[in-house]
Amino acid sequence: MNALVEEMMQYEFMKTALVAGLMLSVLCGVVGVYIVLNRIVFIGDGVAHAAFGGIGLGYLLGVDPFILALVAAVLSAAGIAAVSRSKVSEDTAIGVFLAMGMALGVLLMSMSTGYSRDLFDYLFGNILAVSWIDVRIMIVLTVVITLLALALYKEFLILSFDPHYGEALGLPVSRLKMLLLCMVAFTVVMLIKMVGIIMVIAMLTIPAAISRQHLCDLRKIIALSVVLGMIFVTSGLLVSYAFDLPSGATTIIIASAVFFASTAVSQRSAPT
Amino acid sequence: MSAVSIEGLTVRLDGRIVLEDVWLEVEERDFLGLIGPNGGGKSTLLKAILGLVKPSSGRIRVFGRDPVAARPLVGYLPQHSIFDQRFPVKVLDVVLMGRYPRVGILRRYRTEDMEAARSALDAVGMLGLADREIGALSGGEQQRAFVARAIVSDPKLLLLDEPTAGVDVAQQREFYDLLKQLNSRMAIIMVSHDLSAISAHVEKVACLNQRLYYHGSKELTEEDLAQAYGCPIVDMIAHGIPHRVLREHR
Repeated sequence: MNALVEEMMQYEFMKTALVAGLMLSVLCGVVGVYIVLNRIVFIGDGVAHAAFGGIGLGYLLGVDPFILALVAAVLSAAGIAAVSRSKVSEDTAIGVFLAMGMALGVLLMSMSTGYSRDLFDYLFGNILAVSWIDVRIMIVLTVVITLLALALYKEFLILSFDPHYGEALGLPVSRLKMLLLCMVAFTVVMLIKMVGIIMVIAMLTIPAAISRQHLCDLRKIIALSVVLGMIFVTSGLLVSYAFDLPSGATTIIIASAVFFASTAVSQRSAPT
Repeated sequence: MSAVSIEGLTVRLDGRIVLEDVWLEVEERDFLGLIGPNGGGKSTLLKAILGLVKPSSGRIRVFGRDPVAARPLVGYLPQHSIFDQRFPVKVLDVVLMGRYPRVGILRRYRTEDMEAARSALDAVGMLGLADREIGALSGGEQQRAFVARAIVSDPKLLLLDEPTAGVDVAQQREFYDLLKQLNSRMAIIMVSHDLSAISAHVEKVACLNQRLYYHGSKELTEEDLAQAYGCPIVDMIAHGIPHRVLREHR
């Protein structure tokens, strides 16, 4: 085991991947808990898919795809929020943005050359391809989003628990919700590097869902989610390296297995 | 100064008239029961007093101020707070939420806020359950916790929207005793469809069915109720003790 870890860490891309994975675990822990509590899991999923439109545009224009993916993610989050304030229901809005983003991404990518190899990475993730520049961006985002979540802890708690009452208290509910959606959008785009568009939602929800099964204090739930994320990412990297498997998928399989085990345990210990 | 002063209030929501030409004065120690049929605009009237719903015409003053500016003086218990019963939050933290108008955005709760939350819980007889998870409480206990949240900022006006929904009969009695105590410190407006409870416990009653049929006392006449509900009424409140007030109707 030690020999394996030593061998792994000789590779620069493995070190980068591990640092990136640990950073993303912090983001997932903080943002994921609010996603689960606010029941906006599928907004996160929609935003991840819509971001693909930005990636396609980046390819066509020769701009860093992740910058445009961020723009597309924030715009689609705002779009979903705006459309669902009208008479269209939220899940319909999510469905439309999700499909439209994917379609745009495929169209734009097909117009540029040599897309098929990278397409696989965007859909299923490739944390080994993360660069040090990416890691720096992740560190900045993680620090900013974590500080925001800490500073607005009491506000986000009211928003998540009872937004209607929050409004009566004079809480800027719609602005806070928009801020939360932006935090989700940024997190989702960073996660695409690690696990890919299709599996983003798993990393956002599984650690938070497991923590919530066993704890009832929000701060502890966030802390445990971060720790769980770190365990999943590290073990995912190790196992995928040892058996030469795709790292993103391996991480998700481990996380899912723990989720089912945790659910079984919490079912048994619950009184009903 | 009146706690609430409403002059000719009309509210339209999605083009439909919900409140029409409502006039109402609530004095500082009043305990007003607000009754009326479903969809009669009771909750909307409370929301208008909170400044959550804008008047299409007319004027609302709360302690002489604009409703939004007066929010720190108003405690609010929304209609059966819809929340995730497994939401991970302690009773004390729920009550602290009510301090938000005083504390403001980006600031932390301080010792005085904690003390206020504890004494509000004490006032509703729930101090012993402060560290319990909110979802683990019974319906009546949750309702008390939400009352504590509504009074934690020491409001001068308390707005209660169907506060006894989901509370069993034995607990309801205690609940009304609690409101009576609170009434010595603040004006209360309570929305309810429980006519008998209203007339047994409150001082003044008003009937709302788009228009307000206001009464200085709780002695309702058959004509008043018939007008407000738009349907026949039997067994009026006799000698201050209510019997069956409404005949079976569609």
